Amino acid sequence: MEADVGAGLERLAVRLGGAGARLTEAQRLSGGASMETWAFGFEGEGGAESLILRRRSAPFDPETARSVSLATEAALIRATGASGAPVPPVRHICDDADGLGEAYVMGRVSGETLGKKIVGDPRFDAVRGRLARQCGAVLVPIHATPPPEGLNLKISDALGELDRYEEVYRASGAERPILELAFQYLRRNLPPPVTPTLLHGDFRNGNIMFDPQIGVAAVLDWELAHIGDPAEDMGWICTNSWRFGRPDRPVGGFGDYADLLAGYHEAGGRPIELSRVRFWQMLGSLRWGVMCLTMYLSWSSGMTTSVERPMIGRRVSETEADLIVLLEQSL
Amino acid sequence: MITHPRTEELVRAVAMWIDEIRPGLDPRNAFLARVAANALATVGRELTDGPAAEADATAAMTALLGHPGAFAQLNAELCAHIREGEMTVETPGLLAVLKGMARNQLAIDQPSYKPEET
Repeated sequence: MEADVGAGLERLAVRLGGAGARLTEAQRLSGGASMETWAFGFEGEGGAESLILRRRSAPFDPETARSVSLATEAALIRATGASGAPVPPVRHICDDADGLGEAYVMGRVSGETLGKKIVGDPRFDAVRGRLARQCGAVLVPIHATPPPEGLNLKISDALGELDRYEEVYRASGAERPILELAFQYLRRNLPPPVTPTLLHGDFRNGNIMFDPQIGVAAVLDWELAHIGDPAEDMGWICTNSWRFGRPDRPVGGFGDYADLLAGYHEAGGRPIELSRVRFWQMLGSLRWGVMCLTMYLSWSSGMTTSVERPMIGRRVSETEADLIVLLEQSL
Repeated sequence: MITHPRTEELVRAVAMWIDEIRPGLDPRNAFLARVAANALATVGRELTDGPAAEADATAAMTALLGHPGAFAQLNAELCAHIREGEMTVETPGLLAVLKGMARNQLAIDQPSYKPEET
């Protein structure tokens, strides 16, 4: 697999840098079971370029079954970037000639994505207090972007999300009373309907590139983009599983609700009530609990073999510990 | 039953060996080795603390449901009551029982996780 990617990057260097361009760097950065990220660089006629390749390495995986194609992801990055959202520049969308499968190439944005670092590293002490407000502000151009035509993005509201996750939960055969209670509670407390907008769909600490000087540098990982309630993106970044050990700072482990909401409003977003964000936050914990079960099932069914999957299955209890507190607070 | 060595000691020995070989592994396998060592730590905690946690949960559900039973049976019954809307967040004692069960399970699965604060 890696040899194929290496050869593909050599070809890409020539395609993007011109005949005689020479690959100077190729390093796999991260990877789940189905998605790979590579840093690569080349020197060509136009000088040196440092780029990122994002490619799908497995055709299908329950973890990403709902995800959009990488070509769609690239189109969304371009569209939201044109609206003013901070995103990496898309340099090239791969086709058959590249021999890399489903993939695209983007410019490198410097900064940090590791949630734990954003939350605790002293390098971010100076900027940390501003991040929640910035996160609110960057959601505005994303939500204001008209969904590009022809992408067939899924449309879903709170009830649709609950139906979908409950179906997965029921099919799993798991019997978890707290998840049952969360489903019932959320169904009885649906927020009023709202005009749906484009959503990032995975807007959380870990999918945002932060710079120690400027704060939010780029919003990454668009594979779960869809159309729905704008408060969904806010609730997800407030879900405790993405606070990296700082439950006292509800927004991503670095900020407060008021700053997130104010940042959104100040940047021209339609005001969103905290109760609506809190609804989606509870749904976020439930969603992550079901996702953890899904990861376990991908292993127990024999679809994947990584030890990581059943261990993620044991993270359901973190969402139960969070949900029970949220349910207590709802009384 | 056997005390020399106990099951949890065997588990700990394997986890220690994984930690020993970890530095020599490529990044992907080093990551998976860390996950494997964490998995064994969870197994160790479950061996030590699991029986008491399950006994606590069984006793709490027995009190809530008003009759005795095995853990799996009571748990399934509790799920059915909630699903049917016969028990809700307002049912006296329900949240306290569930919270106790969740905290005990979290202590086995992920003791370093800091849940939402009350």
